[in-house]
Amino acid sequence: MLEVKNIDVFYGDLQVIFDVSFGVNKGEVVALIGANGAGKSTILRTISGLVHPVRGDIVFDGQTINKLHNYSLIELGLVHVPEARRLFPEMTVEENLDIGSLRGQAKKQRKVNKDKIFELFPRLLERRRQLAGTLSGGEQQMLAIGRGLMSLPKLMMLDEPSLGLAPILVKEVFRVIEQVRSEGMTVLIVEQNVKQTLAIADRAYVLENGKLVMSGKAADLANDEHVRAAYLGV
Amino acid sequence: MVQLEVFLQTLVSGLLLGGLYALIGLGMTLIMGVMKIINLAHGELMMVAMYIAYWLFTLLGVDPYVAVFIASPALFILGVLIQKYLITPVIKVESILPENQVILTVGIGMVLASLATVFFKSDYRSTPVDYASVTWYLSDFWQNSPIELSISLLWAVSFVFSILITLALWFFLSRTDIGKQIRATSQDSDAAILMGINVNRVRAFSFGLGSAIVAAAGCLFIPLYYLYPALGGQFTLIAFVITILGGLGSNIGAIIGGLILGVFESMTSTYIGMGWAPVGRFAIFIAALVFLPGGIASLLKSRRLGK
Repeated sequence: MLEVKNIDVFYGDLQVIFDVSFGVNKGEVVALIGANGAGKSTILRTISGLVHPVRGDIVFDGQTINKLHNYSLIELGLVHVPEARRLFPEMTVEENLDIGSLRGQAKKQRKVNKDKIFELFPRLLERRRQLAGTLSGGEQQMLAIGRGLMSLPKLMMLDEPSLGLAPILVKEVFRVIEQVRSEGMTVLIVEQNVKQTLAIADRAYVLENGKLVMSGKAADLANDEHVRAAYLGV
Repeated sequence: MVQLEVFLQTLVSGLLLGGLYALIGLGMTLIMGVMKIINLAHGELMMVAMYIAYWLFTLLGVDPYVAVFIASPALFILGVLIQKYLITPVIKVESILPENQVILTVGIGMVLASLATVFFKSDYRSTPVDYASVTWYLSDFWQNSPIELSISLLWAVSFVFSILITLALWFFLSRTDIGKQIRATSQDSDAAILMGINVNRVRAFSFGLGSAIVAAAGCLFIPLYYLYPALGGQFTLIAFVITILGGLGSNIGAIIGGLILGVFESMTSTYIGMGWAPVGRFAIFIAALVFLPGGIASLLKSRRLGK
């Protein structure tokens, strides 16, 4: 469904991604793991068109997307739930959801989808007239995921969804990801919480200093010596 | 009793002036919020709209209040063109600092003022509408009123118009999808792109809308003021002070800031002297920067977001 082919990405003169290639198949949960600054978020930002690769191609559903306008990707069914939620803090919960469904089919089904989101996250229903900036961290993450789902995506990219959340909320976030996945969503997830991520992912790629160093089934990686030493602390 | 009368009359005049100031400030703060730049051609855009209203009145006898509906769309188009063909190309050049967009707006303002001077000379012009001298007195409505207040019809109409435009803008920004896109872009433009918002188009639209609003303010002002090509600079400064006082990019801040500035200027004129009004304006400007750097918006925000 998504194919990243040999991309090189620069920030100014500094190369941060070196010849990275990987793929995500329909219905899979794929994880990108790696330390801080390894380039995980940069890869998601590149797929979303916020950063442009100097070399390489990104193909989504058979279409090369790295030359398209970044705002039109959401219509193809690709949504990016960014790191640190990036909600619109001075808009209400409901308005944030509206912004998630500005285009095409998503706009037509806005009302139905909103009800579905509220069913998935009852807390958001209680707070639908509240400003997003007043929500707790966990609620904000739920809203960020909900806002992403409002666009009726085929592939959802989640950047550090558990960042800064209390353990119980981290669990809740992963539960939601599994539920979304069980409804047929394809997920590409970037996480520092390697243990829990490998537990829900089908496959994973390990990124170090902008290069892919390892890939494989999530279960195998979880037992790999190097991964255990570097990311699981055992 | 006379002193109270003077005070109340000054307050009323100040609020009426402030209503118009709020409209000028709203246009600038809208552009500020989305673009993150101060549009220093703001007053000049207003001047252009005033010339449109002037010529419509002089040549065709169109009432300045009707001219709002012609000058605003015209300035909307001008604003979109300025954003699309002048400012966006400068944003795209990465080596150029954001300050250069601001300098560009200064240049646009100068060009507009110079063009106006070339075409219309630097004569003072006005639109002497025939109802200009109509004034309402409080004693006409309340015979035994202990104090006397007066409101000129022109000021009252301009004030009501500015309230209606402000309400329309509020409705537009809070209820329509385009309005929500504008607010989303001003709060987080990268997240807006991720949600499928064409940020360049929103920017062009916002610049157009900001220009249309200040154009409306110009049409409301022209029956009350003289018009000349260099008038823009003064109003750019007024808009700038309101934007700083209100808090960059805040609409409610701009409305309150405009009213405060209007009342303050009116008070300075009455109690210190006519010539001192601009001094009062800058006293407020400096006080806002020193004591309330985030503007009125920062007070509101801390209450609403509980931070």
